[in-house]
Formats: sequence, structure tokens, C-alpha cells
Amino acid sequence: MPFNFVFFVVLAVSLGIFFWSCYRRFRLVLLGKAENRSNDAGRRIMGMLYHAFGQRCAVSHGYNFGLNHVMLFWSFIILLIANTEFLLHGIFPDYISLSLLPDGPYFALAFIFDAASLLALLAVFIAIIRRLAFPSPYIEARNPDAFAILILIALLMIAFFGLHAGEIAQGSERAAQYMPISGLIASAFFANVQSGSLAGYIEAFWWVHAIVLLVFLNYLPYSKHMHILTGIPNVFFRSLTKVNTQPREEFKKGNTFGAGQIDQFTWKDLFDTYSCTKCGRCSDMCPATFTGKTLDPRLVINDMKVNLLKNGPLIYQKKPPVLPLIGERVEGSNHDDVLWACTTCGACMEVCPVLIEHVPKIVDMRRNLVEMISRFPGEVVPFFENMEQRSNPWGIIPAERTKWTAEADVKPFEAGKTEYLFYVGCFGAFDARNRRVSIANTRILNASGISWGYLGKDEMCCGESLRRMGNEFVFDRMARENVKMFKEKGIKKVITQCPHCYNVLKNDYRQYGAELEVIHYTELINDLIKAGKLKLAGIKDHGKIVFHDSCYMGRYNGIYEAPRKAIVSATGQVPAEMERSHEKSFCCGAGGGRMWMEENMGKRINIARIEQALKKDPKTICVCCPYCMTMFEDGLKDMKAEDKVQVLDVAEVVSDVLK
Amino acid sequence: MLVVTCVKQVPDTTQVRVDPVTGTLIREGVPFIINPFDTHALEESLRLKEKYGFRVAVVSMGPPNAEITLKKALALGADEVVLLSDRAFGGADTLATSLVLAEAVRKLGQNEEVAMVICGRQTIDGDTAQVGPGIATRLGYSQLTLVDLVENVDVKTKKIRVRRRLEGRHEIVEAPLPAMVAVLREINRPRYPTVPKRLQAEEATVPLWNNKTMGLKEETIGLKGSATQVRKIFSPQRARGEIIGDGINKPDEAAGILINRLVEKGILCL
Repeated sequence: MPFNFVFFVVLAVSLGIFFWSCYRRFRLVLLGKAENRSNDAGRRIMGMLYHAFGQRCAVSHGYNFGLNHVMLFWSFIILLIANTEFLLHGIFPDYISLSLLPDGPYFALAFIFDAASLLALLAVFIAIIRRLAFPSPYIEARNPDAFAILILIALLMIAFFGLHAGEIAQGSERAAQYMPISGLIASAFFANVQSGSLAGYIEAFWWVHAIVLLVFLNYLPYSKHMHILTGIPNVFFRSLTKVNTQPREEFKKGNTFGAGQIDQFTWKDLFDTYSCTKCGRCSDMCPATFTGKTLDPRLVINDMKVNLLKNGPLIYQKKPPVLPLIGERVEGSNHDDVLWACTTCGACMEVCPVLIEHVPKIVDMRRNLVEMISRFPGEVVPFFENMEQRSNPWGIIPAERTKWTAEADVKPFEAGKTEYLFYVGCFGAFDARNRRVSIANTRILNASGISWGYLGKDEMCCGESLRRMGNEFVFDRMARENVKMFKEKGIKKVITQCPHCYNVLKNDYRQYGAELEVIHYTELINDLIKAGKLKLAGIKDHGKIVFHDSCYMGRYNGIYEAPRKAIVSATGQVPAEMERSHEKSFCCGAGGGRMWMEENMGKRINIARIEQALKKDPKTICVCCPYCMTMFEDGLKDMKAEDKVQVLDVAEVVSDVLK
Repeated sequence: MLVVTCVKQVPDTTQVRVDPVTGTLIREGVPFIINPFDTHALEESLRLKEKYGFRVAVVSMGPPNAEITLKKALALGADEVVLLSDRAFGGADTLATSLVLAEAVRKLGQNEEVAMVICGRQTIDGDTAQVGPGIATRLGYSQLTLVDLVENVDVKTKKIRVRRRLEGRHEIVEAPLPAMVAVLREINRPRYPTVPKRLQAEEATVPLWNNKTMGLKEETIGLKGSATQVRKIFSPQRARGEIIGDGINKPDEAAGILINRLVEKGILCL
């Protein structure tokens, strides 16, 4: 038969519906604001190979079932070729067929397709068993959508084997001996079937295969498995740098600020929502979800998607949206307390297999709440006012910024003379406990003999919490002032004590034209020891030490080893690791401005983290961030465990053994 | 109807020092803020606006840079602002200040009936709590001080009912409008301005009324019209107390020592 008209019509109609569905979904993405995500295509393609085709996230972070996804993914990629041939062959049976290839390539492909189909079937089987017998707490294991798609894939594979087994039994398959699975089925089921009815079976399996394939295709855009279409492009359009900052806003009259309506996100934010397959790894990692808050990063993304599907078509018709993006407790809307529960720790983004950027979306919605409608937890007002009026979170008189130096040997930064600025930060300057860390740091700096100075009363807050809380307007002013001052004083190298200051000076201020060489003191300590500038007088025993990673050091800036090495140098002991450490570290609960808000919902995050630390039975919990220090000390006091376990900063551990 | 709110720009008094030689305030480098009590007065005006549909006018007497404070009021939702600024107003005590403010209220009342004047309980620089009552007396308004709740305003019968917080008790008072209401900080939690309103307010021009506009007699305003003359400013010397504990470790122990000391000194009775 040169041309199968019936199948041509079937295929044309179903492809038509498929492309129409895709058009309806993807045009909604274009409602989003512009953003350039296609620069540096080479790196994007390399990343795509690594993350998507290499299935990097599927197999990392200790998710054992990820291997099953790798198996399914690769069988799918292989069978994509087989199925394309299947459809074209269906229309032009005489002209398009793999069997027209020479023996070598044809036999190889036949074998590969046969094996891939078995692997796919096996993966589906494992996935079904897993969902029924060992459902992980973080995935919606029994979701009907998931079973629908798994059954469709299984049917597709069974039809594939039925069809080829029939052909082998019929003797019309010249690659029979290279298709072991189909061959096995042929001898098991079709050995005694008469050739007349065999043709009927073949015809039936062919049509089952064709119909299931087309149903599958048309089901995709409406199911959570849309990621089959969007996942790979989403990885291509990923952020090329670590997502450790938020974009600036332009404060011009007539502008809107933040995202209060779905079309106020960027197109990439919207595309992200189509790429989520609700695998739940973000939920599994999220400290807020873990401690019973209403925030679940997966649901934030899902709610945005539902909102887009509902409001998008209306926005196109210039009609007002019917479902608010923020404020309701219904699917498609994010309640305020969901958005305020985020610590911006970034664990969700770290584990997302398709590299969805959750945190900037949450901050964008916070911006809308703060800047456009002024709706946020009441206790935040004094924080905002203090930051604006006195450039520190507590509203302490700026003159008191230097009070801690009564016990320390400090020197002012002198433009043109001093090499390093020691940026103490608000905690290091005002907080009683963290002042001791500042003193330890000055002792280390003085012992090393490097040229350093500090700004004293002139130091201003970096504004970190404001930015994460969505008060971009005030952050913007503080950032401009700071960057201006740094330029005027000729500051080029900065040592920070606080990882939050570190991230702001290094990454956020870059948007303001500041090209600073920012060093966290833990990095500096290692460099100084290595260069022989910092000499330690032996080691000091602090009992068993467990180290807690700061999110803004680790995940945000990739610094994991510096604090650990410093601990080893000063104690001769490799710190113990909690179950969740390094990339998977669990936030202390203070990031994202949570430090300045009440934590009334669920269990306290710092208590949860301390419980994880205590499992290692430490004498000392070592931190390298003032926020973590405060959260651990407060939590230990709440748990009445402060006599059993002490919290020390890495700087204190090192300054204890200075020569 | 109009609600007139009086606000004052004050130096951030926690940062003010007295020059030991000249005996004057060191104002250099001291930031100016809106008098914290007045932020609650403004907030209450805005809440009454939302509830009863009043228009809110905000007046401030002070140097030209006090317009920053009035712009903040605009950002928060004030409908109209007026800056009363003239060299002749300078050096005024509460007597002279209340005269200028009362005259401003009277002028604002020429176009629209004034329902009430709302003031903060006192300012953090003068701390007299006299200006509000001064305005009420001069205008012949009902005088409601120490208010921590406005229960009801009846626009038809022109009555206001408030709760006053006195020592150890509350007092519910009903008074005829127009009234002067001086509020406590506990009355509300001030709102935070939205960015679009801030941007709008920053571009706004603040109307300035000098004494030409006001037409008050020179001898009744400013230093000349003041009954108070400042002779000397000084920081009283206080004996330094004893610091117990280091603020971090062993709070129970520190608390124990503290209680013992207080009992020894007869401050505390167990």
C-alpha cells in the first residue's frame, strides 16, 4: 500500500489537536515579562546534556528511584526514533520503513528498540510497585494522573511486543533473531496461531499501538507529565549563574512592583511551572514543609500553574483575572503565610531535577505584598522602619556600632592605604554573642599581619533581609549608598563575618556596579594558614564537633570546605556531619528575613535542626554565620540543653589556638 | 468633613548629645524623624478616614526640611498637607506654637468643616503634652487627651465617643464635635507606605504657609510670643549603676543577683 489514507486522517487530526493544545498552553507563557534566557547557547547546550540527558539530579542526592527515571528517560529517547518511524511508516507503508535499511544498521536498531521497550516496561512496573508498596512521603504517590500515564506507557510497550511478536511468528520480520524479547513472546503466545488469524492480531496490535501513542501524546499537555515536553527546554533556559540574588526593580512612577498577578512574572517563571512534574523533591528538602508550615515549594509552583491556566486566557481577552495569585487558600492561589514561611535557603532549587527557580518567585510575590499593598506580618514594621532610619535591624543608635571594639584591637580603614576592609555586619557589631565572634576575628586578622581596617560608625547595614523580604525599595536605596561609599573610599577587598553580608556584597551589589573581591573569613583563615601568615599554637579540644552549613555560604556560594578545613586546623579533628549537610543542609530557620518574624506555625525550624545535630551526640556545634549562631543558641536554651552542648563560631575555634 | 492631624519633625532624641561647653544641643549629624506619637495620630486619622469618609489634612510647624515629614504623611494617605514655616515662628514654646497651629486649623476650616484635630500625646523632644490642649483651648474644641480608642464618631449628631486611659482605669467620654483628640501610642499600629504612594509623594510639592499667609501678630509668635525662656541646657549627672552579668551567659544567676541587690536597696519588697 503506497498511502494509508485512514491512518493519515487519524494522525492529522490527533496531531492537529496536540499542536492546538500546545499552542493554547504555550501562548500563556508569553504573557510573562521579557527576560533574556538564550545568551551563551554553547553553555546552555552543555548544561542541557549534563542535567537533562545526563539525568544529573535524578541520580544525585541519594534518591534511589532516580535510576528508574534514568532508565525510562533513555528508553523514551530511543523509542522516540522508533515511534517516529512507526507513524511515518503508518502513512507510507511502502516508502518509509526501517526495514529498508541495510542488514547491519537495521538489525542493530531492531535489537536496541526491543531492549529499550523491555527497559521501559520494567521501569513502569517498578514505578507502579513503588507507588503502591513504598510510597515516599514527599511524592503524591497515589496520584491518578501518575497511574494513567504509567498504564499508557505499559500498554504502548505491550502493543509494541505484540506487534513484533506477531510479525516474527508470521515470518515477516527479517531481524527476528535480533529481537530476543519479541521472539520470546512470539514462541510463547503465537507458536500455535494460524497464519490467517495472525494477520488479524498484527493488525489489532498495530492499531492499539497507534491509538495509545496518539492518546498519550494528546494527554501530555494536560497532565503533570507535560515535563516530557518542557523539562529539557527548561534546562536549556536555566539560569547560567547560581540563583543567589533577585533582579533589580526600576522605581519609576507608574510601574508595578513584584508579582501580584500571574502576568507580572517573567516568561521563564511561567515556563518553570509547566516543567514541574510534582516529583516532590523540593518538598522533601524544604525546612518549612518539614516543620509543618503551609509552605510547600512544589505547591507554590503548582498554584502558579493553575492560576496561569485559569487567568491567562482572561488576561489575553483583557478581562480581569478571577483567581487571585496571592491570598486565598484554594488551589491556584498562594496564601500570605505560605510566602512568608520561606527561609530562602535554596534547598528546593538545589534538588530540582529540571532546575526550577522557586525562591525568586516567592520573593517576587513578597515584593508585591510589601511594595504594592503593604500587607505583611505586623512585627515586620518596626524592622523596616529601623532599617530605613538607623540602618540596623534593631533600631540601635548607629553610634553604638563601635561599642564592641572596647575589647578589640581595631583600626580604621584608610583609603589608599588599607588593603582589606573588615565588614563587621550588624550582628557582629550589635549582638552581644556575635560581638565575641568579631573580637575573635580581629585577633586572627591582627595575628596574620595583613593590612586591614574597619568602617566604624560609617558602616551601614547591607540590607540583606530587606531584599529577601521583598522590600526592594528600601534595599535599593541602601545598596546605592553603600556602593557609593565603597567607591569613594576605594574599597576593593572585603572580608565579611556574615554569610548574608557576603552574598549581598558579592552578588547583589554587582547589579549596582560594585566589583568587590569578597572573602568570607573562613576562606581567609585557610588562605592565611596555607601562606604561612597565620600560625597556630597547636590544637584545642572542644569535644566532638558537628558542623552546620550556612545556606548563604554553602548552597548560595558553594563554600563548603573552607570552614571544615579551618576546624581541622584548629582542633585536629574532622567535624562530624549531620545527615543533612553540604548541598542538602537544613536551614537554621533565620534566612529570608525569618529572623525578624514570629514563627507561630508548626514546629520551630531551629529546634528541628538542633535535634538533627544532637543525633550526632556533639559537645560543640560549630557555625560560621551569626544567624545560625543565634538560632542554635536560642534553640538549645529552649530545649534546656545549653549546658550540655556549646555553640562556637569557626572564628572562635581558631582564635583560641593563636600563637 | 476634615480631620486635621498635627505632626512634628523632631531630632532623634536618643542620638542627641549636649555640648558640655556651650550648653546647646549638638544637632549635627542627628537624623530627624517624625515624632513617634504623631505617627499614631496620623494612623488614627487615616483609619477614621476609611471608616467615616473624612478628608485628612496634615499640618506641621517647623523648618523647611520638615517637608520630608509631610511627604511621608502624603505617602501614607493624607489628602492634604501644609507646612507652616517662617523664621518668625522659630524658638516658639507651646503657647506660641499652639497659636500658629490653631490659626492653621481655622484657615483650613474656612473651606471645609473641621470635625476634629488629632495630635500625638506629646513630642519626644519637648515632652510637654501641652500643644494639643493649647489648640483645643484656643479653638474652643472639646478636649480629649490620653485617648487609646476612638469608639464611635456620629457625624449626624456630631458626637464622638472615646476611651481615655488613666492611671489604673479607663474612662469612656462622649463629647460634641469639633474635638481635639490626643492619642496614646497604644491606640493603633501605624501602617507602612506602599511604593507607588511613596514615589508619588516624593514628587509632590508641599504648600508652605509663612506668616504673610497666616497674618499673625509678631509679638504673639515665635520666641517673642513665648512665655518660656531657656536659660541653660545641661545633661544631669547620674550615678552609674552596676552591670550584672554579661548579657549572654547564665541569665538565671544574673537575675538572682539583681533581685538581691534590689531588695538590699529597698526598691523591691519580697
